[in-house]
Amino acid sequence: MSRLVVGPFNRVEGDLEVKLEISGNQVKEARVNSPLYRGFERILRDKAPLDALIYTPRICGICSVSQSMAAAEALAQAQGLRLPPNGRIANNIVHAAENIADHLSHFYLFFMPDFAREVYAAYPWYADAAERFKAMTGTAAADVLPARAEFLHLMGILAGKWPHTLSIRPGGSTRAVTANEIARMQAIVSGFRRFLQRFLFGDTLERISAVASGEELAAWAAERPSSSSDFRHFLHLSAALELDKLGRATDRFMSFGAYRAEEGHLFARGVYEDGAIRPLVTAQITEDVSNAWYVQDGQPMDPFSGRTEPDADAPDAYSWCKAPRLGGKVMEVGAIARQVVDGNPLIRDLVSQGGGNVHSRVVARVTEIAHLVLAIEKWLREIEPGKPFCVQGKIDGSAAVAGLTEAARGSLGHWMLVENGRIANYQIIAPTTWNFSPRDMDGKPGALELALEGAPVRKGEKEPVAVQHIVRSFDPCLVCTVH
Amino acid sequence: MNMRADSPEQPRRRKLLWLQSGGCGGCTMSLLNAEGPDLLTAFEAANIEVLWHPALSEATGSEVISLMRDIVEGRVHLDILCLEGSVMRGPNGTGKFHMMAGSGKPMMDWIAELARVAANVVAVGNCAAYGGITGAGGNEVEACGLAYEGTQAGGLLGRDFRSGSGRPVVNIAGCPIHPGWLVETLHQISADTYSRADMDEWGRPLSYTMHLVHHGCSRNEFYEYKASAEKLSDLGCMMENLGCKGTLARADCNIRAWNGSGSCIDGGYPCINCTSPTFEEPGHTFTETPKISGIPVGLPTDMPKAWFVALASLSKAATPQRLRSNATGDHLKVPPTDRTKVKS
Repeated sequence: MSRLVVGPFNRVEGDLEVKLEISGNQVKEARVNSPLYRGFERILRDKAPLDALIYTPRICGICSVSQSMAAAEALAQAQGLRLPPNGRIANNIVHAAENIADHLSHFYLFFMPDFAREVYAAYPWYADAAERFKAMTGTAAADVLPARAEFLHLMGILAGKWPHTLSIRPGGSTRAVTANEIARMQAIVSGFRRFLQRFLFGDTLERISAVASGEELAAWAAERPSSSSDFRHFLHLSAALELDKLGRATDRFMSFGAYRAEEGHLFARGVYEDGAIRPLVTAQITEDVSNAWYVQDGQPMDPFSGRTEPDADAPDAYSWCKAPRLGGKVMEVGAIARQVVDGNPLIRDLVSQGGGNVHSRVVARVTEIAHLVLAIEKWLREIEPGKPFCVQGKIDGSAAVAGLTEAARGSLGHWMLVENGRIANYQIIAPTTWNFSPRDMDGKPGALELALEGAPVRKGEKEPVAVQHIVRSFDPCLVCTVH
Repeated sequence: MNMRADSPEQPRRRKLLWLQSGGCGGCTMSLLNAEGPDLLTAFEAANIEVLWHPALSEATGSEVISLMRDIVEGRVHLDILCLEGSVMRGPNGTGKFHMMAGSGKPMMDWIAELARVAANVVAVGNCAAYGGITGAGGNEVEACGLAYEGTQAGGLLGRDFRSGSGRPVVNIAGCPIHPGWLVETLHQISADTYSRADMDEWGRPLSYTMHLVHHGCSRNEFYEYKASAEKLSDLGCMMENLGCKGTLARADCNIRAWNGSGSCIDGGYPCINCTSPTFEEPGHTFTETPKISGIPVGLPTDMPKAWFVALASLSKAATPQRLRSNATGDHLKVPPTDRTKVKS
């Protein structure tokens, strides 16, 4: 038995440390440490409720809009507001644009560069992978950065700027766009579609979004050489390295539902477990701090009564991340959870074959880009210039409200108590809080900790490459995790 | 010819190390929005070699720790140290709120050791400059900037700190930064054409703090006639009611577009003065203007109060109907009159 400490674990958002117990040539146990604590939940105490829209986006530079959406939804409930269709749609577009940009950054900048590592130099596919995906110098980075930046011109129009907009309000959007601006946004999306179809997919978004099974996906990949698109390139590497056998966790998936429709969501809310869907009961959500650096509660806490009292010397603790559970169970969240809960046939099929793994997580994320760009095109057609984008309300007295949404990397919730017009308690559970949670009071490891068990370790590896793939397949955001 | 090689014609490439601590990573995300050219091209143009950046570099774990040791112990020269995020000194000065992963050592100690050997030190964002959002509330986490804690000089490195090049910490303050602010400053530092004269009294580049957010604001005509927005999403001037600090805030946000065409004010919400120390605790609700007997407390900078009051009441009396009407809607309804057309 030997021990490895991997950190700083980069190409994730924020700082991360993974401690591994190695037995033979595989990981026996993993402990995941989110090493940065900033204390947003304490900063928010006694603030004016609407000021949450200034502070909470600044929890995270990569999911800033998602934080705004969760806060705005909680505040809308506190005021009993119903968004005008234009406001709902404008915020959905801003939110989807962030999530698409995040998926793109993750695939090209964070995840794929690992295939260009020296450890793979002897593999027949290495030269091509390195030429395309080598960190900073690969040809893909040069293609994706301008495309991403130009796509985010949508934010310049609809949100003033990204990250850290204040355009997202409980009653809608502060930015009423005009017909010519809609035309400009449609042109921007067309340019982005061209980039996706040429470089990422090598096919139309319609074709990608229609792929309905793992078998169909493999057949699609085989139609053309792997060099014909970056997604095919990934599928080829994934098959060669059997990434579908790597990094399986609990296979229990949860989604808070994403992108409000007139009724419900574009991607449904729910829980998927043992091949069946069931409704999400939010009252079953608790947080446990048994292995985290906080004053101990002795029991898991409901987020409305949860507290955040840091204690850097707490016994047995090894992370600043709390351990959220649903009915006491570990959940996996992310694009894969969103899509499997929503009934996406491709992702349902992949999950039924091999559960959540490195391959299925990445396929879910990349194909979600196609679905979302199609959704943005539709939403842009639905905006009615001249009609209201925002309604106003007032918060007085008390409220106990929860704003639930989906960030790129999974379920995000803000639980807010308002008393006498000020914030009395604010608890945040972010996607990577779920995925990278430490052990709970029963000793149950979090989703990543479980996914790392059994990961292969090559001789002499200090930062096992399989561990790198598994960790990054979750697209972790550590600044959100602890907040 | 290899353009990358160090040669008499081609100056030595400047080596940059980027660390993140008590922040959100949003300045890096904003930096990736760099355009004309993109970020990687901009680094190349500035003759900068990125030794390591947490979001962009391949190296991970022990490779990074040994690079940092090599720099601290003088085996690798460091031209530019960039810090994004606040320095985390808590709890009780221990730095345990951010122990750098894989090193068992507080990040604040790494930052101090690397700053001592770096030729230039750059604070990226308001957090690294002054403590920023992370220091809001009671600043229980003891967050500070590299050379400031809020408006107090000092911070982690001390008020008299000078990097190897003799420059103080360069504070690219903003929440987040505009990519252009950083890219252009790094280019100048790399070319060794940057000096104290290029910085303002808070260590920020004058290139953008010579301006007010008010400059180029698309709502200037509403401001001139005090045609005010009453609620967020109205198109009028947001100074009187909605907390806008554009006439005090120093930045070129309405001259230099964000994400192609935007700015906070263009997005329909007020400037919160995020380039300034202590913006995170304005002492009032961000989107409400504090007033004393109906007069906004934060008057435009450099303007005598009596004159402001006199001019405001005069211009308010002269507000054209077009502005009065357009100020309180979310889209323009009344177009300007073209007298030529009216006459003909």
